[in-house]
Amino acid sequence: MIELINLYKTFEERVILNNISVKIEEGETFVIIGLSGTGKTVTLKHIAGLLEPDHGMVVIDGISMSGSSERVKNKLRSKMGVVFQSGALINWLSVGDNVALPLREHKRYPEAEIREIVDEKLRLLKLYEAKDKMPSDISGGMKKRAGLARVLVRNPKIILYDEPTSGLDPVMSSRISQLIVQMKNEFGVTSVVVTHDMNSAYYIADRIAVLYNGEIVQCDTPENIKNTEHPVVRQFINGSLKGPIDVD
Amino acid sequence: MSRLLNLIISTGSRILDIIDFAGYSVVLFFKSVFYTKNVISKRREIIKQIYISLVKTFGVVSIVAMFTGMILALQTGIELKKFNLEDRVGNLLVATLTREMGPFTSAIILIASVGSAMAAEIGTMKVSEEIDALTIMSISPVKFLVMPRIVALSIVLPIVTIYTDTLGCIGGAIIAKAQLNVSYGAFYQNILESLHLKAIYVGLLKAYIFGVIISSISCAHGLRAMNGAMGVGKATRDSVVTSFIMVLIVGYIITAIFYGL
Ligand SMILES: Nc1ncnc2c1ncn2[C@@H]1O[C@H](COP(=O)(O)OP(=O)(O)OP(=O)(O)O)[C@@H](O)[C@H]1O
Ligand SMILES: [Mg+2]
Repeated sequence: MIELINLYKTFEERVILNNISVKIEEGETFVIIGLSGTGKTVTLKHIAGLLEPDHGMVVIDGISMSGSSERVKNKLRSKMGVVFQSGALINWLSVGDNVALPLREHKRYPEAEIREIVDEKLRLLKLYEAKDKMPSDISGGMKKRAGLARVLVRNPKIILYDEPTSGLDPVMSSRISQLIVQMKNEFGVTSVVVTHDMNSAYYIADRIAVLYNGEIVQCDTPENIKNTEHPVVRQFINGSLKGPIDVD
Repeated sequence: MSRLLNLIISTGSRILDIIDFAGYSVVLFFKSVFYTKNVISKRREIIKQIYISLVKTFGVVSIVAMFTGMILALQTGIELKKFNLEDRVGNLLVATLTREMGPFTSAIILIASVGSAMAAEIGTMKVSEEIDALTIMSISPVKFLVMPRIVALSIVLPIVTIYTDTLGCIGGAIIAKAQLNVSYGAFYQNILESLHLKAIYVGLLKAYIFGVIISSISCAHGLRAMNGAMGVGKATRDSVVTSFIMVLIVGYIITAIFYGL
């Protein structure tokens, strides 16, 4: 279970997260939507322990991520994977070596076994042909999938996705959404997904939280979000120009 | 009045930034020392860094070292000639090179070519979330990136220094022969006379410490880069300036310790 307790974060005196509290249950797929620049990535980075809140905290399975030593954080991170917005592949390693990196660095398995695991995940994400390519030679969508493959090889119990379907074609996008659901059904993975893709959100989410001006203005099932009365949420999901959100 | 206050505030915050950065670099260095226990498993990365640094600097170092020796020989030769001592130019040259100019010239070249590239590379990794990705996989960026670079540069700088010293002497010998009429044999004898063990080991110690300083500072600036490509540019520039200043200061301190009164 992931608990955000009164998470408060400012950057240069600008409030980004204003006392956010939410409990994400084990095995839940929790989707965060919101305008660009509202702090969705910042929220994920707090959960991953990459940013420290000004006050409040993130608690994962009863252990506080915020303010903990690097040892404790690494212990929590060992069951966690993050799919970054840009893929975040190490630029001087090939796709295959990137995916193998976490296994090789921690020497969990013999090399032959590592290769097998890597090949399996690359095939799953239709990346096997790109195995020996460098990150600079593949498309944005492929980078993102390679980032996902690198997460999957570690069999995490918690996966944080930062816009996993943006920059993918509609078919691949559905494939990733399906994969997220599959991870949950087969392995009981808890997922926190930041997305702008409403179709994907409705399909994968158990609950959707709408982040606006540093606060969660609504957090509910996809059904209730679809039929929301909240003016901000309505405008956001319909992508309308008229409403309380200032578009200029 | 308020302008004066602003000046004080901005100077103060600048000083705080510098102290903050110095602290960060020192901590980074000690973390790297801790991770030298992984030197064996990271040997490939270390060798790669050594190789890149040597290849990258070989051409520039050759030219700069040669000309440094030639210029030193010419300038000292002109003065020595007034006292009819131009045949001693080799003694002066080798002493200057081994004690001071060898390590210093090598450090300057490595700051410009290798240190700046380190800051840019690690800075790019920082702003494109690669460092975050490593952290999440519980792969310490210090172990993965910083330690191999510090170890590599602390090996490379003494090597480059020896090369600079040697090539500088050759350059000096050519000028001594061509402009001052000092035979190669005499020049060689002078060099052996003034090639003191102490000068060599202090010079190499200096080079080693410069290597550690340049790599630590460059990696630290890279790891602290933010705000996209502009931040990487700033990190690169800052790493060159900071390394340069630190090499001058520390170089002076080492000289004072070993040769001071
Ligand atoms: N390290 C940082 N230092 C300063 N400001 C930051 C930092 N990280 C994020 N911000 C600011 O915090 C705000 C929220 O950023 P965040 O990346 O979380 O947005 P987002 O919701 O993920 O947007 P997008 O959908 O475009 O990815 C932005 O205004 C950004 O400028
Ligand atoms: Mg984002």
